[in-house]
Amino acid sequence: MTSYSAALPDFSWKKLLRVYAMEARCEFLKALRLPAYVVPTLSFPLIFYVMFGLIFGSQQIGSISTAAYMLASYGAFGVIGASMFGFGIGVAVERGYGWTQLKRASPMPPLAYFAAKAIMSLLFSVILVLGLFTLGFTVGGVRLPLSTWIELAAVLVAGSIPFCALGLAIAYFAGPSSAPAVVNVLYLPMAFCSGLWIPLPFLPKLLQHAAPFLPPYHLAQLALGVVTGVPQDRIAIQHWAALAGFSIFFLLLARLGYNRDDVKMYG
Amino acid sequence: MENHETVATLTGVTKKYGAVTALQDVSLNVRKGELLAVLGPNGAGKTTAIRLLLGLSTPAAGQVTVFGQNPRHVATRRRVGTMLQISKVPETLKVKEHIDLFSSYYPRPLSRKEVLSAAGLEGFENRLFGKLSGGERQRVLFALAICGDPELLFLDEPTVGLDVSTRYLIWQQVRRLIQQGRTVILTTHYLEEVDALADRVVVLNQGVVVAEGSPAEIKSRTALRKIRCSTRLPLDQIWTIPEVNDVLAQDTRIEILTSQVEPVLRELFSRDPNLSSLDISNSSLEEAFLQIIGSREHQPASEVTA
Repeated sequence: MTSYSAALPDFSWKKLLRVYAMEARCEFLKALRLPAYVVPTLSFPLIFYVMFGLIFGSQQIGSISTAAYMLASYGAFGVIGASMFGFGIGVAVERGYGWTQLKRASPMPPLAYFAAKAIMSLLFSVILVLGLFTLGFTVGGVRLPLSTWIELAAVLVAGSIPFCALGLAIAYFAGPSSAPAVVNVLYLPMAFCSGLWIPLPFLPKLLQHAAPFLPPYHLAQLALGVVTGVPQDRIAIQHWAALAGFSIFFLLLARLGYNRDDVKMYG
Repeated sequence: MENHETVATLTGVTKKYGAVTALQDVSLNVRKGELLAVLGPNGAGKTTAIRLLLGLSTPAAGQVTVFGQNPRHVATRRRVGTMLQISKVPETLKVKEHIDLFSSYYPRPLSRKEVLSAAGLEGFENRLFGKLSGGERQRVLFALAICGDPELLFLDEPTVGLDVSTRYLIWQQVRRLIQQGRTVILTTHYLEEVDALADRVVVLNQGVVVAEGSPAEIKSRTALRKIRCSTRLPLDQIWTIPEVNDVLAQDTRIEILTSQVEPVLRELFSRDPNLSSLDISNSSLEEAFLQIIGSREHQPASEVTA
């Protein structure tokens, strides 16, 4: 009978940590060297904010200025875009040319690749939020307590996670060539219907009722809650719960696609 | 039966993609230290067999083991290196960054210098993958396959469309790995590659193993040999020799195909003692291969492989 000697040394946690660090480093270098993705993803929400938020900045929505209101809604718009594009198109393209196949055949811990993408996506969201805040503070004249700025940034960055999961699900269900179209078809109407471009109270009643079924609505409401300073702990918990539910749903969907990948010849 | 240590097995494996049966009841043993070539025309099931052994897909029926384990286990994969038929890896990473990344997955990787030298990539370490030529790209994919110093190496059509120097470089490195006792599984449809490298060949056609053996065995078992000579015998007379499979007139000479050269020659000399310009050649592996693939159309696999 054949015996299989376990001649290999253990893979220490230090080595494992190094894999995660190397993956993250490669993701970072790829993004840095590919401005075609980075520049539009970062600049579009900023341009939109300048166009809509600052032009109507002097007007009031409820108790706050439009510039402050739209800081929250375009912040949500920006991080959602960065996450959906980063994951949806990034992973789909790399599936398309077989890179993810080679990685799956390799001894890479499967989570390392996704963790690296998630870290990059969160980093992007942070950069985007900081850019938006700078515009809001300087050009929009938005003045908020420091704790509110920090809380808003935290909510936007943490709230981007379900959209990473959505992007991942798209990457594993749409083919590499159709993923960009699917991301856009979902992203832009979903953002509009959730009141990210035009505040929800100005939208038709039908859309106002439909919005809670869309994940961006919940992120926008959380961000708006921070800006308006209305204490709404119970409502906030409901929105977080909704975002967590969407995250789990999208992750399960992505997992289904990942396992279904076996049938497709590409990764 | 054999004292060879088995490294990887397919046992009664069937794999379907929708309505298409990619592999039908295929069994395969890969022995330690051998270079096994999986040969077959496009769509024969070669890549499917590799994907199963890599744990990239699961069989509908049957069993797959690598080092006696599930090929999907990370512990198994740490002993395996892989070169797949993929078009590229991210173009905005440098050669050294790709190698360092894949090396980090393995417990005892080669040094970057060793990898660069083995893959013929010295001087390319700071080049972006996107700036490389086709042959250089293939060398990077080869580098990623060997950087973990694997005991078992999968090469799925490693030299398709490659320039001669890159092909020979890969052949040379594969031979070196075999000398070090490593096991290599190679799929190809280049018979020249099989002849140059393989210890053992498995021929797949339409998802079924149709032949198995050393390249020489494959040639001798199934191949017809070719007798060329000048003779006054008319063709229809030669046809009456029972062992003759085919006869062709070739200018002044005739060409006889047979699997049994000696009885045919005896018969020819008895009928024409003045027979001249005799020349007997083994048919090439390619002719053998074509014959195996062709006969599959008429015979069940068991008769062909017997």
